[in-house]
Amino acid sequence: MNVKGNQSVESFHRRLGKIMWDYCGMSRNADSMKKYRKMIQELREEFYKDVFIPGSMNDYNPELEKAQRVADFFELGELMVVDALDRNESCGGHFREEYQSEEGEALRNDEDYAYVSAWEYKGWDQDPVLHKEELIFENIELKTRSYK
Amino acid sequence: MKLTLKIWRQKSPKDKGRFETYKVEASPHMSFLEMLDVLNEELISKKEEPVTFEHDCREGICGTCGLVINGQPHGPNKGTATCQLHMRFYKDGDIIVIEPYRASAFPVLKDLAVDRSAFDRIIQAGGYISVSTGAPQDGNAIPIEKDQAAKSFDAAACIGCGACVAACPNASAMLFVSAKVSHLALLPQGKVEAQRRAQAMVRQMDEEGFGMCSNVTACEVECPKEISVTNIARLNREYLSASLGSEV
Amino acid sequence: MSFDNNTPPGPLAEKWSRYRGTMNLVAPNNKRRIEIIIVGTGLAGASAAATLGELGYKVKCFTFHDSPRRAHSIAAQGGINAAKNYANDGDSVYRLFYDTIKGGDYRSRESNVYRLAEVSRNIIDQAVAQGVPFARDYGGLLDNRSFGGVQVSRTFYARGQTGQQLLLGAYQALSRQIAEGNVEMYNRHEMLDLVLVDGKARGIIVRNLLTGELERHAAHCVVLGTGGYGNVFYLSTNAMNCNVTAAWRATRRGAYMANPCFTQIHPTCIPQSGDYQSKLTLMSESLRNDGRVWVPKKQEDAKAIREGKKTGNDIPEEARDYFLERRYPAFGNLVPRDVASRAAKVACDEGLGVAPTGLAVFLDFEAAFMRYGQSKAHSAGLHNPSDAKVRELGVKVIEEKYGNLFEMYEKINGEDPYKMPMKIYPAVHYTMGGLWVDYNLETNIPGLFAIGECNFSDHGANRLGASALMQGLADGYFVLPYTIGQFLSQDIRTPKFDPNAKEFLDTEKDTRERLENDERQGQPVGGKLPPPPR
Repeated sequence: MNVKGNQSVESFHRRLGKIMWDYCGMSRNADSMKKYRKMIQELREEFYKDVFIPGSMNDYNPELEKAQRVADFFELGELMVVDALDRNESCGGHFREEYQSEEGEALRNDEDYAYVSAWEYKGWDQDPVLHKEELIFENIELKTRSYK
Repeated sequence: MKLTLKIWRQKSPKDKGRFETYKVEASPHMSFLEMLDVLNEELISKKEEPVTFEHDCREGICGTCGLVINGQPHGPNKGTATCQLHMRFYKDGDIIVIEPYRASAFPVLKDLAVDRSAFDRIIQAGGYISVSTGAPQDGNAIPIEKDQAAKSFDAAACIGCGACVAACPNASAMLFVSAKVSHLALLPQGKVEAQRRAQAMVRQMDEEGFGMCSNVTACEVECPKEISVTNIARLNREYLSASLGSEV
Repeated sequence: MSFDNNTPPGPLAEKWSRYRGTMNLVAPNNKRRIEIIIVGTGLAGASAAATLGELGYKVKCFTFHDSPRRAHSIAAQGGINAAKNYANDGDSVYRLFYDTIKGGDYRSRESNVYRLAEVSRNIIDQAVAQGVPFARDYGGLLDNRSFGGVQVSRTFYARGQTGQQLLLGAYQALSRQIAEGNVEMYNRHEMLDLVLVDGKARGIIVRNLLTGELERHAAHCVVLGTGGYGNVFYLSTNAMNCNVTAAWRATRRGAYMANPCFTQIHPTCIPQSGDYQSKLTLMSESLRNDGRVWVPKKQEDAKAIREGKKTGNDIPEEARDYFLERRYPAFGNLVPRDVASRAAKVACDEGLGVAPTGLAVFLDFEAAFMRYGQSKAHSAGLHNPSDAKVRELGVKVIEEKYGNLFEMYEKINGEDPYKMPMKIYPAVHYTMGGLWVDYNLETNIPGLFAIGECNFSDHGANRLGASALMQGLADGYFVLPYTIGQFLSQDIRTPKFDPNAKEFLDTEKDTRERLENDERQGQPVGGKLPPPPR
């Protein structure tokens, strides 16, 4: 509320969204994600220095509501990139360009990645800590998903 | 296209409020609310307070948006919520007047946002089927005629936006109430308590300060979901037979 | 903090019923003294609040909307899955379980998914009893259709507004509990922080959005049903106000965020038209039952369409590539969402896109018009009807099935989809990731539960169509009301928590400082911005 910068919350949200969509959207690769993780951090810094929120805190103020939400999206967005970088396989909605078959289908890696990634937040300036919940399949055989 | 907007600005429920004039440059591909977004971005860049208006899904289903545009709730198009209205229906140089709903049961909160919690209270008064979560009978146990289910659906399509109230010269909520009463009364599951429901909801509607229905039918015309006024006739029937049947 | 998924022992098919039969309960007289906070009033939150209220708990329910009925579940179009096997096509609990695990690319937990498939059947019964006007056939029985990634018809629907009708059902049940005084409803209140007392979730800090005031609310436990985080992408099919704040603030207090990179890109959305665009609109997956996805085979045809020199109708059959049917003959246009989206992206990357931006493919109903038309003509006893007549009859069938979707398309796009094939492109739609929860839907913070899209539990790396509504309602109506007792049964002697206790005041102070000074919002209060982590 007290930053009194020059850019609207909306404009920051749009820029964050564009980074996320282009580099952590339908397909992802490690090189660009590493680069864009840094961009997200820089954008977040810019946000805290230059955002402008009109109105006051003790009022009906949709812009302030938005600012709170966008602030959280910055941190979550970065965590998404961290998670996508950790998962060196392609599965479902997570398609890593480095891991695909010759026909362009997703290549899963059950050996190393049949786990749930549960991330522990360690402060906004710390890397999050990964906890793994191994997935155990007793009733279903793991197969390459094919809809051919 | 260049447009002139005359927008109702009101700081708080107690403020008197007034129209302010703004100029905005819009593209015909924009939705109406995106045009307002552009205006707000401009106001913010000038360090002025943006126009408060309510909106959420922007696909015509949540019922949050509701502006009176040139005197018509949700603007000129039939069966269209404000968020689905596109600027291609306007032309360069148009003057557009944008106001909040005007009804004593919907007090203005700020600028174009109004308080519609009266609708919630009407539903709480009886707009439900008294069934608890548990193990009801199988979904196919009671067959429902296809057309009957469709009629019920037509009434259930109401999004609770309040345009019917804004359109009505008496600020009556009969279309909203009748849609809910009809939705449930048309199904065998809801038939059981139909009369009680109608009575309770109408009583609450009156308490909230909505006006009487005088068959103007402007509500049907402005309803973004084109809910039919025949529902009002059905509500009257349920209400009347409930009143005749009651001991009072 | 525990990190055990607490899956009960025993064979998969019996886990839930055995567990339910032996779990700890809270007696009715104790329920009255126990308070539960529920944040969110979508399908998960509203159904949980209603059910817990019915059970006799004291529930406080919060939404940032002006009414519980506005939650974004309302916009779900296509339908809700349930293993009813009404269609007699070989469906079963096991098959729904199997399809969900496979559809999720083997990244979800077997026990949770099996339970979901099991309770899916109760949801339909419950919804019918509440007065949800599902589509019916002429015999008056419930009608089904198919969704992507499966080979049976198990999707129940109410035209293209299934989410709306189910949410209204839950909202009505919730309203009844509000009227009876079992649920206290706080509209226009947004959760901004979670309060921990001795490491357990015991309250929240909310901001009254009309006055800006911060409020402290205490309870024995906290349930989050606050949806997904798709709006991190700015443009998505989520409503404008969908956000991750409640879940993220819980994460900042120690709850684990699971699989955040699993996001679902929905293949059939209306393409973006300009930079001012604020959101994208979904076209229900059910359209892929009858629509065929294609792009021109030749780049010059695609270019001509992009430049407006040709339309989809000008491209002859042999010059079209029905790429889903070609690449996936077994499932054709009904492959799961992730597969369909990626295939569309590949086609557009190859320069075959058909919108001015180059980012769109066709969804074509011509074949369906003719197929339905012929069947209509046949049943109407028309011999040798003209093609135009057949098409006209077929258009009517499609109109009945998807009328409101076609209308919506025309409103946004300005083109008549009965005359021209639709243009669609993938868009962010749903997030499979979310707060980590165990079998009880409890996060690693004791007393903090997450339900619906807010948790990560059931959809693995990709969600099947019509399963979000199923999961939200399963969690809220049939799972949480039982499993929450496991935690609360230890708390029957715990008195009410005081919202003026130190923990609450401290957390409120944090929240206020963050609101007041956004510069410090992202960092520990009092510090200057250190360099970003590497």
